[in-house]
Amino acid sequence: MSKLLKYPGESINDTLPPEAKAAAHSRRTFLFKLSIGLNAIVGTVLAVPLVRYLLGSSLQKDSDVGSWVVIGSASDFPIGQTRLVNFQSPVTSFGDGETAKVACWVRRASAQQFQVFAINCAHLGCPVRWFAQSKLFMCPCHGGAYYEDGSRAAGPPERGLFEYRTRLEGGRLAIHAGDMPTLATQASCKEKPLIQIQPDTNMTRS
Amino acid sequence: MPGLKTRSKIAGLKAYQWVEHRLGLIKPLSEAAAHPTPSSNASWMYVFGSAATVLLIMQVVTGILLALVYSPSASGAWDSLQFLNHKIALGWYLRALHGWGSDFMIAIVLIHMVQVFLFGAFKFPRELTWIVGVLLLLLTLGMAFTGQVMRFDQDAYWGLGIGASILSRVPLIGAPLVHVMLGGPIIGGATLLRFFTLHVFVIPGLLLLGAGVHIWMTLLHGVSEWPMPGRLVSKATYEREYHEISEKAGMPFVPDAAWKDAVFAAAIMFSVMACAFFFGPFGPSGQPDPTIIQTVPKPDFAFLWIYAVLAFLPASIETPVMLIVPLLVIVGMLLLPLLASEGERHWARRPVAVLMVSVIAVVLGIFTHLGTYTPWSPLMDAWTSEPVPPRYLHDRTPLERQGALVLQSKQCRNCHSLEGAGGQRGPALDSVASRLTEDQMIRQVLQGGGNMPAYGNALNPSETKALVAFLMTLRGNDLPPAIDASRDLAGAGQPQVPKHTGAQPVPETR
Repeated sequence: MSKLLKYPGESINDTLPPEAKAAAHSRRTFLFKLSIGLNAIVGTVLAVPLVRYLLGSSLQKDSDVGSWVVIGSASDFPIGQTRLVNFQSPVTSFGDGETAKVACWVRRASAQQFQVFAINCAHLGCPVRWFAQSKLFMCPCHGGAYYEDGSRAAGPPERGLFEYRTRLEGGRLAIHAGDMPTLATQASCKEKPLIQIQPDTNMTRS
Repeated sequence: MPGLKTRSKIAGLKAYQWVEHRLGLIKPLSEAAAHPTPSSNASWMYVFGSAATVLLIMQVVTGILLALVYSPSASGAWDSLQFLNHKIALGWYLRALHGWGSDFMIAIVLIHMVQVFLFGAFKFPRELTWIVGVLLLLLTLGMAFTGQVMRFDQDAYWGLGIGASILSRVPLIGAPLVHVMLGGPIIGGATLLRFFTLHVFVIPGLLLLGAGVHIWMTLLHGVSEWPMPGRLVSKATYEREYHEISEKAGMPFVPDAAWKDAVFAAAIMFSVMACAFFFGPFGPSGQPDPTIIQTVPKPDFAFLWIYAVLAFLPASIETPVMLIVPLLVIVGMLLLPLLASEGERHWARRPVAVLMVSVIAVVLGIFTHLGTYTPWSPLMDAWTSEPVPPRYLHDRTPLERQGALVLQSKQCRNCHSLEGAGGQRGPALDSVASRLTEDQMIRQVLQGGGNMPAYGNALNPSETKALVAFLMTLRGNDLPPAIDASRDLAGAGQPQVPKHTGAQPVPETR
């Protein structure tokens, strides 16, 4: 009850008997509570589309994301070598500019066998670099290292490099690209457990 | 007839009364400014909160001015920063003020927090002031991170990648979280706009609101008096005691205590201006083009320690530590005033508090320092830029010199240094032969181990032979070569006590 208005209904009509004032007060209190309920309903109806708009990008099914991208002719890749290839992301949207470009490492292990690695380190996503002489991928951020087949060699990564699915379309190499590869978003990559801590096989010490 | 001076005074007073009668804010505000405060509070230790507020206002003003030119689009942001730096008169200075202002603000907010913690000023009745302050610290760090994204360069791009990679480790909802953060499947225009909205609308709004609430509570409860050892805070008596020392033996905050705040704020502003003028704006570094992989991404200064911690966490506990420890720290900071709302305030009687501050400061300092030179990262071009020191090639056989060539061409120097030049990921090789025998070296090179990759597939037998021959010559300043104690045993044909007990080979342990 208000501090200023000691008696319900006081300001309306002081001549009313106390019972009538109380009745008028309880009616208005009820109407006020009703109006709060009304606004709660309106607010909910308003909030649902707003939240849906905000989360729109995250409600997509993983399978919706990505498509096959041709990244070059198979003959561009000499057998036994690993090369950097740039392509345009198939999932860009308005105003992405140069961030729509994607780089990947293509390794041709044999005539028919390709491995295409994401540029992103499996640790925290920094761009790994290929060193042909020591046959290692090295990450500049925290020192993750991978062998030429993408498996973990050293450093903090808990698994090998992310790998794109590949297929040959009449002599042209295509990969399935979409999400930026992270431990949780590998829809476009080969099936691997989400988080797989590879046992350190190099623990044998002299 | 009164003089001109008197008349203008009367007119001014009338104008003031006209405004105040309608506004009703000037009198309460000036009363609040002149509120009584304990006379011990006119101290240079009590100036950090007001300086942080002044910096916040400067950040808002310079931010608004930068927004006149900045283009929050992935295709235009980097160019608009170049435009600001080089084409707009004093654009570089505005960027520098905003960037340095941000660094100063984080520093001042942290100092303010340490001061309040050590002075026990978070205790009753100021618990909620501390809690709001913790939220303000988080918002300030949020401004720093989103601000780094605004400088849409390579560091910003890969910093977003690191953020997304950390979020992707959240169990079950990792993928949706990454998509919410990026605004789509990849880092792009939607990501920049998300962070722009946070940096320009959401966080500053919360920050100004929170700062207002924080200052309101400071006025309501008064600035805590200088702590005295043995003067305990008790919920039953504190407010009466504070009332005594502030209103009976105190002094008005403005001007008696506030002049120091004003002088310090001016000094800080001058420092920001000087840093901005002499050191200039931060970046932008290279274009945010993910196909340019010749980059060594690094976060801004305030986050270097996190970057360093992430290099040292073992893979097996990395995800839990990344996701749980920050939450525990934040919850701990929020709960602190509730768990310790009464009792001793003086630092001399709170050794655990002093120890905590010292340890945290040293740890953050060490990790930040490590983050400035990243000893865990391979130096990507050391193999071509750092030659083998000539003295390691004098009087060597052709095979050993061939081994030095192998050492360079197989990029060993990216992780191993010679005479201090080269990567620091692995141990320096200057005295490797005093630690490893030939057999151990061959095994280490071919099979790797202890965070070194196996080079068995990258070296043919003759390269290995030459490399190890060269490594065997590296014995520092003529240290004795490593000895395999088991050789003697094997040679003697039967077990006996080894003779070389003093020169045990030390295995490589990095």
